[in-house]
Amino acid sequence: MTMFLLILAALLIAGSGLPSLVSGRRSARGPVLSMAIHVLASALGIAVLLRHDLAAAAPLHWATTYRFPIGKPALQLDDLSAWFLLPIFLISALGSVYGLGYWPQRRHPADGRKLRLFWGITTAGMILVVLAANSVEFLIAWEIMAMAGYFLLITEDRRPQVQQAGWVYLIATHIATLCLIAFFVLLRVGSGSLNLWPTGLTHLPRAMLAALFILGLVGFGCKAGLVPLHVWLPGAHANAPSHVSALFSGVLLNMGVYGIVRVAAIAGHPPIWWGAVLLSCGMLSAFLGIVWACAQRDCKRLLAYSSIENIGILMTGLGLAVLGLSLQHPLWVALGLGGSLLHMFNHSLFKPLLFMGAGGIIHGTGARDLEALGGLARRMPTLFWLMLVGAASISALPPWNGFVSELFIYLGLFKTLQGGTPAGWAALAVPLLAMVGALAMTTFIKFTATSFAGQPRTAAAANAHEPGSMMLAPMLLLAAGCAIVGIFPQLFTGLLDHAIRAWTPWNAPIPLETIIPLGCFTAVALALFFAGGLIGVLAIPWRHARIRNPGRTWGCGYVSPNQRMQYTGSSLTQALTEMLRWLVWSTRRQPRIQGVFPQPSNYASHTPDPLLESVVQPALHKAGNTLKSARIFQSGTVQLYLLYVLLIVLVLLLV
Amino acid sequence: MNTLISIAFQILLLVLLPPLLPGVINKTKAWFAGRVGPPLFQTYYDLLRLMRKGVVLSSTTTWVFSAAPLISLASVLLAGLLVPLGPTAAPVHFTGDLILFAYLLALGRFFTILAALDTGSSFEGMGAARELTFASFSEPALFLALLVLVKLSGTLSLSTMLAPATHVAIDSTAAAALVLTAFGLFVVLLAETSRLPIDDPNTHLELTMIHEVLVLDNSGPLLAAQIYGSAVKLLVLGALLLHVLLPLNQGWIWENWAMTIPGLLAVAGVIGVVESIMARLQLRLVPTLLVAACLLNGFGFLLLLR
Repeated sequence: MTMFLLILAALLIAGSGLPSLVSGRRSARGPVLSMAIHVLASALGIAVLLRHDLAAAAPLHWATTYRFPIGKPALQLDDLSAWFLLPIFLISALGSVYGLGYWPQRRHPADGRKLRLFWGITTAGMILVVLAANSVEFLIAWEIMAMAGYFLLITEDRRPQVQQAGWVYLIATHIATLCLIAFFVLLRVGSGSLNLWPTGLTHLPRAMLAALFILGLVGFGCKAGLVPLHVWLPGAHANAPSHVSALFSGVLLNMGVYGIVRVAAIAGHPPIWWGAVLLSCGMLSAFLGIVWACAQRDCKRLLAYSSIENIGILMTGLGLAVLGLSLQHPLWVALGLGGSLLHMFNHSLFKPLLFMGAGGIIHGTGARDLEALGGLARRMPTLFWLMLVGAASISALPPWNGFVSELFIYLGLFKTLQGGTPAGWAALAVPLLAMVGALAMTTFIKFTATSFAGQPRTAAAANAHEPGSMMLAPMLLLAAGCAIVGIFPQLFTGLLDHAIRAWTPWNAPIPLETIIPLGCFTAVALALFFAGGLIGVLAIPWRHARIRNPGRTWGCGYVSPNQRMQYTGSSLTQALTEMLRWLVWSTRRQPRIQGVFPQPSNYASHTPDPLLESVVQPALHKAGNTLKSARIFQSGTVQLYLLYVLLIVLVLLLV
Repeated sequence: MNTLISIAFQILLLVLLPPLLPGVINKTKAWFAGRVGPPLFQTYYDLLRLMRKGVVLSSTTTWVFSAAPLISLASVLLAGLLVPLGPTAAPVHFTGDLILFAYLLALGRFFTILAALDTGSSFEGMGAARELTFASFSEPALFLALLVLVKLSGTLSLSTMLAPATHVAIDSTAAAALVLTAFGLFVVLLAETSRLPIDDPNTHLELTMIHEVLVLDNSGPLLAAQIYGSAVKLLVLGALLLHVLLPLNQGWIWENWAMTIPGLLAVAGVIGVVESIMARLQLRLVPTLLVAACLLNGFGFLLLLR
């Protein structure tokens, strides 16, 4: 029954774009119907999942009796996949509501219907990826998700930047799929069947296990956005419509994480280097991601890089959990995997919130460059509140949700120091994580303060308007989610414990609430609230109310300061990016001041993706030039390509 | 009953003692300069005076500007509840409170900086940029120090980490690690509380300051909350440092309490000495100093990993 209802929900979601597709180009009714179907189907999905998960039921397996050439279509659901399914339903539904306000059909008659069609299909593809019970099905679902995602990304396909981002995405996703095909072929050879996900393949030769791990890591890591496989991510997130960026960042990246989590469990007791590799990859992504985010001035590119950071943090937790599997430390597994999965869920709450907020800014001002904004707190008070919650959550400040998951990961890393284990070096991730946290705070202070604080820097910012309720309502829900997870994590640890149990080969993992007193998070929130209030009441004698408001901020004696003299976002992080310029590679055009009466001059800085623009693109261009002669094989005719395939298969059979 | 008394005593200390520390620092500095200096209790007088004053708010600011000093003060006080000031356990302690401690300080910093930027003034912007830049280096130094303490004590709560049970043998390696960490922590303390050689709390030249410029536009009770909050931070981090230096958990409990308060005042005195004999570092050299603190703590940690 559970599986049937889930399939029903997925099918409804897949078809949710049809009503708007068949209605007119400027019809308002079609999109509303699409949204309604999507939201209802998602609500059904979430209800079914919660009922299943709370009942601590056994994993479900469902197979048809029909036998297709690729095997029996089968689906399965365990508590781990349920944990990954929850954000898919939640964020896609909220995004479809947001889309009504952000991408109304009458303002976007050309591409609104396309967007709604592929919105449903991408979501359904992701649901199928998580539910797939055999490799062929998984790959089909993966491609549905990736290709429908491509069409979502190129919604505004007439803009050259969108086309460029689309190309990079397409190339990256195909490289990922290529690795995954190789991975699944190898898995079929190793485990002897197409069924997913095999565990306990310890008996396999070490080289084969290593190959499996590397292929899985590259294939899934590319989708998750691990450095250095992240090159597609910033462009794709920055150039898609904001709610699509929210879906990409909040859910699509999770699919890569899902793959890596499953791959890490195939060996039962993996070699120690698996954990070490995951941990180092995670720290590398977290550090570089946040350093690059810090240097951005396009608000959506900044958020995209911060996604790389967050995926890095949760990979660090996963690396710790894998170390726990290797060295038989259930405590590390509980804290590492628990922190990692919770951080993924949290990231699925606050990153869509921030992307939708960025969409609200773009919607209200038409500008996405942080330096063109400023003073929006007065024009958009509700959005300011919401973005402040998002910024505090992503900076892992108590009492919001990012803090809970990072605390789990920190504690797990600290635990590696206890009892003389051979993995004490893992604790060296702690200071790095602390630095990442401080840089994240810098980045998000830059984000919120440059856009919302101070005075408007441009006319667009001065005339900004608050987004409509269709856009604010989903964001309010997400912000409430951030607070609920942060204040009452005990509501979620039960589900997390089930997910951890589904992942570990042991029967009795350690429940999270026995490791950390979870009530402390509630207590901290209450204490902060009451202490702040108490200080406000006691210390500030507002009853005198001698508040004077003499005008603008004192300019320290300068009589006519104007809004262009405010500190810019770039100058806020200038010292840091200057110190880390060997990682950031910004390009600058410095003004040259000559003579006693210098000419007007200007300064420009631009921070491209270091890897994409300095390594990958030059390499591809060079390859394109040197391999020009090979182009004769590339005729563009599908028939001819099929002939190549046939010939190669023949050759392989003969050899 | 005994624990109740000690908790009440710690909370009293946490609330009442902080403004004395800047007084001690200033007296020390005055003594070095051959001046009489402000009275020891000057900060108390300042706070009382500021409480009676009105508030001037710029029309550029929003609610964040007025709320931030309250939130920062609340978070610093809560952080103070997690640190054992004397020989007994802190009023609040649980597994993992060390991370909460660090992030509560970060919460205070977040709102102080946001409020500074809320004024739209470039001076505040400069202070914010410096504070953020230096925090990115002092945070890892603090966590490296925590690593050393966790490794030594084998526990994950500040109360047990800072006053490890007497059976934890302190051999020469551990002692060396602790000495290195104490130096590292001292630099973190100077950075977090904005003292020389990182920041000059005396000048009112915006171009050379960090913390003073962040709170430049605060006035009246809001300024009082900021000043009091930074004094609390000084006390809390000073207590952290004191525990690394002194074994406060041995022998008779009241003897240890008797050592605590002079110890905290001595930390303030040492800061005063440092401020008297050193000049402020060039701003671009501050990260170097903080990296050195990271390295000191890191060496301490490596000694223990061996």
